[in-house]
Amino acid sequence: MPQVSMTVNGKATSGDVEGRTLLSSYLRDHLGLTGTHVGCDTSQCGACVVHVDGEAVKACTIFALEAEGAEVATIEGQANADGSLNVIQQAFQDHHGLQCGFCTPGMVMSAAALLKDNPKPSEAEVRAYLEGNICRCTGYHNIVKAILAASGQDVGAIAAE
Amino acid sequence: MYNFEFEQPGTIAEAAAALGSEDALALGGGQTLIPAMKQRLNAPGTLVSLSGIAEMKGVCLRDDGALSVGGGTIHATVAAQAGAHYPALAALASHIGDPAVRNRGTIGGSLANNDPAACYPSAVLGSGATVVTNTREIAADEFFQGMFTTALGEGEIIVEVRFPIPEKAHYEKFVQPASRFALTGVFVAKYADGVRVAVTGASEEGVFRWSEAEAALSGEFSAAAIEGLSVPADGMIGDLHGTPAYRASLVSTLTKRAVAAAH
Repeated sequence: MPQVSMTVNGKATSGDVEGRTLLSSYLRDHLGLTGTHVGCDTSQCGACVVHVDGEAVKACTIFALEAEGAEVATIEGQANADGSLNVIQQAFQDHHGLQCGFCTPGMVMSAAALLKDNPKPSEAEVRAYLEGNICRCTGYHNIVKAILAASGQDVGAIAAE
Repeated sequence: MYNFEFEQPGTIAEAAAALGSEDALALGGGQTLIPAMKQRLNAPGTLVSLSGIAEMKGVCLRDDGALSVGGGTIHATVAAQAGAHYPALAALASHIGDPAVRNRGTIGGSLANNDPAACYPSAVLGSGATVVTNTREIAADEFFQGMFTTALGEGEIIVEVRFPIPEKAHYEKFVQPASRFALTGVFVAKYADGVRVAVTGASEEGVFRWSEAEAALSGEFSAAAIEGLSVPADGMIGDLHGTPAYRASLVSTLTKRAVAAAH
């Protein structure tokens, strides 16, 4: 069985995988990092978004072997060093950006990828970037609000729709 | 999905050799192939990943003025880097799928698959681009041969696509919001020697050129020039998202919009 090695949240990992082992399965079943959620398994919903070498990808639609040697970041690595929530996670809590929470890991990872490239996005840019992240609870409004707040922008003016 | 042997060659030559083995299939970004394999619609014995081949990636301007896009270039790179030379192509790439899909999906993968509703085939056909493989050059007009069918031979790899840069162009996409493919999309490009109009998402034969509109627009490049022109509903795709007549109507509407927006 082929062996795969990659850095996950700053830690070196390796394991024996099949060719067909998805990155989502490697993270969840081999490493026990179950924060990466598999919602649809058809690359529609975005609950499994992680970063591979800094870019947001759907972990259910990339084989573990394709991430050989990569730097992978998952929701488990997002909190601050002291264990407190990072600015995006805290904003989701402050602005009620989640209800059931299933989509939240993907939302947070997508938001982090967006803010890395575009530190002060407009509301329209946030909504466009979340096109591949589906939430069935919130209606998105508070997610968008949380991401705008995490970017340091004033969200007081955004009225509920 | 069924298991397979995984190969990740570092050069085009190694990839071509690996694709010579029985039941071998090339893997671009996997954004279509992996879901298809999960459904067991595809079950290769060996999967040859092209994503480790550096010589097949990147966007650059050639000496002859054409824009060269490596076959393994992801949509996000085309969106970010093609804009200075070919804005309509960059804009098209920036609306394929969603951001995470654009970070994996490649132009070569999209073209080799030739989904009847994919965006890239319309840009390639609408630009009269050349598809360069590891063995030959294929003109766009020869490359697309019907739904999910191309001129590619067994094991042939798209290493580059060369786009002649038009004076003006625009891609107008009517999004199917669940799949984020084009319900119908029209790519219009105006060159010194004439206008090309390529339509995706509409025909049961896959991407096609609307020659009647091309002739009218080559005479006068304005939305008014194609007022009253339409494509027959016969042979258009009909599904729960739209009837053949609806798609035929979209073709003329989107063509007019693309012409008006071309710059």
